Amino acid sequence: MQVGIALWGVAVLIGTGVAAALLQKTRLATALTYGASLFACLGILGASCQYLLAAPASAQGLQLPLGLPWTGAHFRLDALAAFFLLVVNLGGASTSLFALGHGRHEPAPGRVLPFYPLFVAGMNLVVLADDAFGFLLAWELMSVTSWALVLAHHRDPTNRRAAYIYILMASFGTLALLLAFGLLAGATGSYIFADIRGASVPLSALVLILALLGAGSKAGLVPLHVWLPLAHPAAPSHVSALMSGVMTKVAIYGFIRIAFELNGPPAWWWSVLLIVLAAITCVLGVLSALMQHDLKRLLAYHTVENIGIIFLGLGLCFAFSSHGLAAPAALALTAALFHVFNHCLFKTLLFLGSGAVLGATGERDMEHLGGLIHRMPLTAFAFLTGCMAISALPPLNGFVSEWLTFQAILLSPTLPSWALKLIIPAAGALLALSAALAAACFVKAFGVTFLGQPRTAAAQRAKEAEPVSLTAMFALAALCLLAGVLPGLCIDALAPVVEGLTGARMPQQSVLAYLSIVPVAASRSSYNGLLVFVFIVVSTLVTIEVVHRFASRAVRRGPAWDCGFPLTSPRAQYTADSFAQPIRRVFGSVVFQAREHVDMPPPGEPRPARLSVMLRDPLWEGIYAPLAGGIALLADRLNHLQFLTIRQYLSLVFIALIGLLLVVSIWT
Amino acid sequence: MDLIVALILEGVQIFAVLALAPLLLGFTRKVKARALRRLGPPIVQPYRDLLKLLRKEAVVAENASWLFRAAPYLIFSTTWVAAALVPTFAAGLPFSGMADLIAIIALLGSARFFLALAGMDIGTSFGGIGSSREMLFASLAEPAMIMIVFTVALVAGSTQLSSVAAVMQGNVGLRVSLGLAAAALIIVAIAENARIPVDNPATHLELTMVHEAMVLEYSGRHLAMLELAAGVKLLIYLSLVACIFVPWGLAPVGSGPTAYALGAVLYLGKLLTGAFLLVLFETSIAKMRVFRVPQFLGAALMLGLLGTLLLFVSRSF
Amino acid sequence: MTGYQFDVAHMLAGGLVLVSFMLLYQDRMFALLNVFALHAVVLAGSVAWQAYIQAAVHLYVPAAIALALKAIIIPVALRHVVIQLGIHRSIETVVGVGPTMLVGMGLVGLSMVVMLKATGSSVDPLAREDLAFALSVVLLGLLMMVVRRNAVSQIVGFMSMENGLILAATGAKGMPLVVEISIAFSVLVAFIVIGVFLFRIRERFDSVDVQALDSFRGERR
Repeated sequence: MQVGIALWGVAVLIGTGVAAALLQKTRLATALTYGASLFACLGILGASCQYLLAAPASAQGLQLPLGLPWTGAHFRLDALAAFFLLVVNLGGASTSLFALGHGRHEPAPGRVLPFYPLFVAGMNLVVLADDAFGFLLAWELMSVTSWALVLAHHRDPTNRRAAYIYILMASFGTLALLLAFGLLAGATGSYIFADIRGASVPLSALVLILALLGAGSKAGLVPLHVWLPLAHPAAPSHVSALMSGVMTKVAIYGFIRIAFELNGPPAWWWSVLLIVLAAITCVLGVLSALMQHDLKRLLAYHTVENIGIIFLGLGLCFAFSSHGLAAPAALALTAALFHVFNHCLFKTLLFLGSGAVLGATGERDMEHLGGLIHRMPLTAFAFLTGCMAISALPPLNGFVSEWLTFQAILLSPTLPSWALKLIIPAAGALLALSAALAAACFVKAFGVTFLGQPRTAAAQRAKEAEPVSLTAMFALAALCLLAGVLPGLCIDALAPVVEGLTGARMPQQSVLAYLSIVPVAASRSSYNGLLVFVFIVVSTLVTIEVVHRFASRAVRRGPAWDCGFPLTSPRAQYTADSFAQPIRRVFGSVVFQAREHVDMPPPGEPRPARLSVMLRDPLWEGIYAPLAGGIALLADRLNHLQFLTIRQYLSLVFIALIGLLLVVSIWT
Repeated sequence: MDLIVALILEGVQIFAVLALAPLLLGFTRKVKARALRRLGPPIVQPYRDLLKLLRKEAVVAENASWLFRAAPYLIFSTTWVAAALVPTFAAGLPFSGMADLIAIIALLGSARFFLALAGMDIGTSFGGIGSSREMLFASLAEPAMIMIVFTVALVAGSTQLSSVAAVMQGNVGLRVSLGLAAAALIIVAIAENARIPVDNPATHLELTMVHEAMVLEYSGRHLAMLELAAGVKLLIYLSLVACIFVPWGLAPVGSGPTAYALGAVLYLGKLLTGAFLLVLFETSIAKMRVFRVPQFLGAALMLGLLGTLLLFVSRSF
Repeated sequence: MTGYQFDVAHMLAGGLVLVSFMLLYQDRMFALLNVFALHAVVLAGSVAWQAYIQAAVHLYVPAAIALALKAIIIPVALRHVVIQLGIHRSIETVVGVGPTMLVGMGLVGLSMVVMLKATGSSVDPLAREDLAFALSVVLLGLLMMVVRRNAVSQIVGFMSMENGLILAATGAKGMPLVVEISIAFSVLVAFIVIGVFLFRIRERFDSVDVQALDSFRGERR
């Protein structure tokens, strides 16, 4: 029984966390904790793979006598849960492997080791939970342990602020989910998912909005994403990888479970809401990422963009389902789920790479790095693969999920709704724009960090990452290539998940010639990742062979072209801000009101001129700052209640009692 | 038997695009020189230039990494693979189902990705200026291209170039959305190939360089590969315009040798006509300053979006 | 009518929308006037084509009027006005070109939705879609009047609005000649009056920038 194996794996993780809390002073604590986590994650990964690939298996349920006495704890493993378990544990296994090598850089292991396995256990339990109590308990476990991990380096005030905002947003999200489950259970009064599944749900639109607020804030949907770029970089690097690559996917699992399965049939306007939010998320995420020069914050903003792409696929699926078009809905949902898998792979890889850079140089700021490709060649190669994958370049996996999303958009003129007819082309244009900006963002990230000349002494002293960490990164890079070259296998593996949610599936890919993928029909469009890869490799080899045979093979090293003015300082090369300056002028001046200000000293003064760039976050200033100001104002007013006399307190109690008695008398 | 013939034709296409690219460049330079009342270099001069560069030794900066030396090969091979997939004289070749229009654009995007990284590798300001401007132009040209793909795919019912050509050869008629897409494709082709008014392919002033700035450090065989890749990219865009908007003459699957020969002759004619019109446009307009180009490309994006929007609203647009 | 005629009518109407976008994109006075002349030529072509396919001979007259008056006489006259006022420099738009084009796209989408929803499918499809294009041209002309600071470019926007109205009228199968002539004359009169006022304004205030003129208004706000 795979669900039993999964639960045993979770138990091992919880045990490891508790043991790490008790044994934190011993020397081998790091290796033991991460080793046990790796073992447990691989076990659950194996079980979920086995379940998913043995396709028409029925859902496996299990009930344990833990928790509330009249409900117990229900666990269920179906195709959707198996897929997300695969995603969670793939991320968990690779970060555990990475941390086996990287963990020795951790200055305060006692603040990280106990919470890490509990975090992974919490994420697994969210996916396995089959009743609302278990779900919310596991969700809160996930939030609290990740909050503790964000606070691991608590001496830095930015980390403390990040953790504060994170716990606020997480609590808000859990409240929204609690209300959503309350509404869902209200029909039958039972919180077990099996009972909710069949029943009709009143106020299903409100359930959707609450699920969007709750799960969307954890995933990073605009405008609820503000905690993500603060909290994800603050945590230790392998935990950032888990938070960005995996925890956001667990949030998406929660949304899919509530909105697609437990909630009632979709109305057409839900898709409009999702698509609009998704498109805005995409563009805002990537534009914010372009303005950053902190490597981890850039990656965190980029997660926001990819969550937007996933929600765009989900919105399209809603649009098609609400009009009864099952096959296009299956295509859109496959695209979204494939992107979930891909994003987990390459975002984890990129965060692990940035963790290796942080461990080797002690710097997160790209403006202090540079030239690392000479000092850390293997890390650079793995990071380059991640950059290529996330920029949606063939033949890697990012391109396939983006291609499938575009094919889903091309099927949407058949939708009869006018709002959708106008919004979907705009969303398609914004998706294309964000994909192009993402490529620019990662040229900047890789180019400024790894290429060029080292800008500081820390970058000059960098050493290659530990071999264990390199193994983890290369394993993820190899998976990126495999998923891009063999996408048909992934699509077929996703078919049971999609069929369970939409009632249709994409055409069987494994019967197609040469491992192509065909979204709808071969006459319409097809793509063959393997052949593209083979062609590129063959043409590169042919070129190398011809050039080396017929051309000169001599290479001479000389100084770089300096236009007659030998300026050898590494300060003359492009920085992250200067690379993004054209895009900042074109896009940022509208979205962020970006203004450049040059402070020129008057003639005669020897001080340098200063260039400052001012960016304003429209969402923070438009929504959160007024909200915080309003709450502060309200709190100030209510503060008077702390300083009343005894008589006034007694009169408050008296008024409350009279009010309640009135309510009872009028209502009954 | 059919399979062997088809594979031979595919091989002919793969090598013909390589052979024709320098000819196209030479023809463009000759026509431009004539339009400016100069004699100009001979049409076969780019072949001689490539041979000369191949025989020279490559001078590489002291702090160049393996990426700098590997990038020309990767750029050349991805551009070449993309060129092999655009139907030139025959449609429905055996590997044409491997990548559709979106994949071709993405392959050109990978070439640009590596070129931009190579520009940043040495750590001088020239490479940085080229890379950052190139990524700015790409961030508008790629969405415009995707919108054009959407417009064409909605009219033709497919993103596969052979199917698109077949549908366009039928009676599609004059359509507003196709006119908008054609205008947008011409603007994007000019921007992507670094022609005036976006970038000057013959300049070496750093204030006006975009593509030339990124390849500034390259010499010898590396530069030869990059120059040939640029020629192949121009050929790809002219072939795209020809295949989508002027597809008559493309030999369908299983035709006889006369049809293929006719297709080849017509294709050559379309290429040279396209190059001629490009040169006429280039010599009649001045180069735009850099921050005017986003408005130019934004216009292409708007045209493509308008075409797509019209097709979403009603099939008859 | 056959599909070919339908397509050409669509191309001309769509071309008019495209030229309206080009009007929004221009930021130099002479180029603006040239594009306005092109706008009028395309309108004349569209009206003439409608006359041909509807076999309505009286529609050739508005086409000729549009060609003579709006493509030749008015742009030449405005060119003289511009040179005399000395404003043949670049126009400052109130909002940048990018956001203007985005709003223009939204207006086109809006007019598509309004027209195709308001008229049922019983109406001739060519007429419906031409009406949608015509409404887009009117809205784009209004947008142009809103985002420009210069009074002459506001006149151009006003006249492109009128072009859109003519397109709508011809598409709706027949407009009496008398209505066309009266519209043309009213536009001419309006143009003369505005021209006269422009010179008076310039004499008094030394500028035709309407933003600057605001500060000279009598009442304090």
